[in-house]
Amino acid sequence: MKNLLEIKNLYIEAYYDEQWQPIVRNINLHLKRGEVLGLIGESGAGKSTIGLAAMGFTRQGCRLASGSINLDGTEIKDASAAELKAIRGSKIAYVAQSAAASFNPSHKVIKQYAEAPVHHGLMGYEEAEEEAIELYRRLFLPTPEKIGYRYPHELSGGQLQRSMVAMAMSCKPDIIVFDEPTTALDVTTQIEVLAAVKEITKKMNKAALYITHDLAVVAQVAHRIMVLRNGRLVEEGETCELLENPKEKYTRELLNVRSTRQEKNNSDEMGIILNIKKVSATYTGQENVLDDIDLVVSKGQTVALVGESGSGKSTLARVITGLLPATRGSVTFLGKELPLQLRKREKEDLRRMQMIYQMPDTALNPRQTVRKVIGRPIEFYFGIKGREKDEKIRELLEKIELDPDSYINRMTTELSGGEKQRICIARALAAEPELIICDEVTSALDQLVAEGLLDLLQDLQNKTNVSYLFITHDLATVKAIADKIVIMLKGRIVEQGEKAEVLSPPHHEYTDKLLASVPEMDPNWLDNLLASRASAFI
Amino acid sequence: MLRLLRQAPLSAKIGIAIVFLNIFAAIFAPIIAPYEETSIVGDVWEVFSGKFYLGTDHIGRDLFTRMMFGARNTIILAFITTFLSFLVGSTLGFIAAVKGSWTDNILSRIIDIIMAFPTLIFALMILSVMGSSVPTLIFTIAILDSTRVYRLSRAVAMDIEVMEFVEAARLRGEGLWWLMRHEILPNAMPPLMAEFGLRFCFVFLFIASLSFLGLGLQPPLADWGGMVRENAGAITFGIYTPLIPAGAIALLTVGVNLIVDWFLHLSSGLHE
Repeated sequence: MKNLLEIKNLYIEAYYDEQWQPIVRNINLHLKRGEVLGLIGESGAGKSTIGLAAMGFTRQGCRLASGSINLDGTEIKDASAAELKAIRGSKIAYVAQSAAASFNPSHKVIKQYAEAPVHHGLMGYEEAEEEAIELYRRLFLPTPEKIGYRYPHELSGGQLQRSMVAMAMSCKPDIIVFDEPTTALDVTTQIEVLAAVKEITKKMNKAALYITHDLAVVAQVAHRIMVLRNGRLVEEGETCELLENPKEKYTRELLNVRSTRQEKNNSDEMGIILNIKKVSATYTGQENVLDDIDLVVSKGQTVALVGESGSGKSTLARVITGLLPATRGSVTFLGKELPLQLRKREKEDLRRMQMIYQMPDTALNPRQTVRKVIGRPIEFYFGIKGREKDEKIRELLEKIELDPDSYINRMTTELSGGEKQRICIARALAAEPELIICDEVTSALDQLVAEGLLDLLQDLQNKTNVSYLFITHDLATVKAIADKIVIMLKGRIVEQGEKAEVLSPPHHEYTDKLLASVPEMDPNWLDNLLASRASAFI
Repeated sequence: MLRLLRQAPLSAKIGIAIVFLNIFAAIFAPIIAPYEETSIVGDVWEVFSGKFYLGTDHIGRDLFTRMMFGARNTIILAFITTFLSFLVGSTLGFIAAVKGSWTDNILSRIIDIIMAFPTLIFALMILSVMGSSVPTLIFTIAILDSTRVYRLSRAVAMDIEVMEFVEAARLRGEGLWWLMRHEILPNAMPPLMAEFGLRFCFVFLFIASLSFLGLGLQPPLADWGGMVRENAGAITFGIYTPLIPAGAIALLTVGVNLIVDWFLHLSSGLHE
């Protein structure tokens, strides 16, 4: 069979430091009808750049330097704007990472679907609507006849991502480029999207480029995998082959990242530091977002708080810190019942409880230097100034494995995501706390970076005996780091206990669903799971 | 800074040149100007000549001299007024955004009440009651203008206030001053800077129009708005004199706005 897409010796350059420098080097790639090619690597590997190049597009400040991109007989690299316009959408389509941001919030979903085919003159509006409904059905969207007539904010993240896939299909392209379509979703919704992707490529006989940083995800959908790093190809192979015996060290690292840490002998004997009793909270005054929460964290322990988005995990963190005063119940910290409102708490209590956020970009003031970010808590809580403060900052930077000399004077905007998150950890550590609340601290980061961060947190716990309340939706993280697991659903705790206890059956029905939804490094995992779920419904 | 200037687009460079020319004239007026600010040196409404570069005004004072002193009086006045209005407006705006709830409500409603009066009428009222001295002029215009600054800085601060780094500072137990000075202000700077340029123009024009109505700077002090009014009659005789101060006002306004556009462009993050 002839290749639909053929990229040969592709170099892409970006303009920085006042000259053109290659960011993608010598990439060769081919794609046949019905085939899915997975592109995998950490951020900066050039996977999205290659995906976009397949459509003849480069981001601002980049250019296609040399090589050829042949799409079904047409050379794209030198195509004019008009030719590209005709190709995009109708021959090759693109599904972006964040569907929520890609939809226009003030138009109904189906109207946005119909826009492209009507514009390309392929069909009338009504015909497009009918096709949309048919596609919605094939992508397993609930009530396909009606769902299109809703506005984007009335759909969930997974539903939006699937309607985005439908939109990409609207002009019947031969190739679809999926750029991290499930990265922003939690595990249970990720399954829906993966199933939809599989349906399209298999039954409708389309080719696809699937870009992701999660090897377990790509294993489910791709026939072949290309591992990329720093714009170069590291390894390429059939999915099964690559997973079973990876040749390159880097691929093995990617495969191994989800290793569990050594079991720690722990119990509550070290003493309880945080005790939450019968806590309820509300944002509106009517409906409770949290209902009757009981939770205990012991010294030196990591308690993982797990649940999908909207389950009230982050709200619980807000209640514990006092940002959202609880309407009922009590929060006892280090043997002392804390006032429920933040402003009534004492400075010393605030010092002992620190928080690390999900988005390091917004958690650090973009107009401050690293020195100021880390130095402030030292000065604020301990009154240390001048040279002594400087030494402390350097000490902390060394603790988080960043070189003091090259980082201390940087602006926070001059750091990568992983480095920023490390600075956030240093800021929390500067207060010498007893408890750190980690709110989804790894979910905005790449797999390898996240892994490094978890190692660091673990290391710090071993050294300082600090406790963590670890909020996450990622069960792989939980398995790696937790001593105790608390599972939340709709503002209630459905199950809690020691890690081994919660992870081994029998567990609560919801725990079961969560556990089963974590992709495994097995290419047949998705098919088996979907089959078993389908049979359960019948 | 220099590098930023070098990369500035041509329009911004022109704007900077115009503003610098004005500031230069304002600072060195007593040295460069050929005559005294208020001395009568020639005939009424004389034309351009080697003796009077821009001719003379309605009672025979040198117009070029008056223009330079006018720049001095008006620009400095406008600058102090704008600065004051920003100090008051942004402080109150930040407090409202950080404190929220009642503080915000009370402050915002008071500002609404002040904003409900047309500015010019409000200013005329106060100035005719209090008399038109330079301090009252500054004070009145600054208060009126600070309502607009309050609106903007409150809105900008609201956006920043919901960011997690502000929450982190709150959790640390930081007080109002730190939150305003160290967390919010540095991030609110670009839009406020741009607004400062715009407001400066408005104040400038406002003083000019008050002077034109006879309630601004009092004669014989030279100010551009007053000079337009004093010489307005000349237009009927086909004499260009009033057009020169009017043109200077227009030119400075355009110059400042060119710089403001550039700032807005920089702060919006578009680097094309």
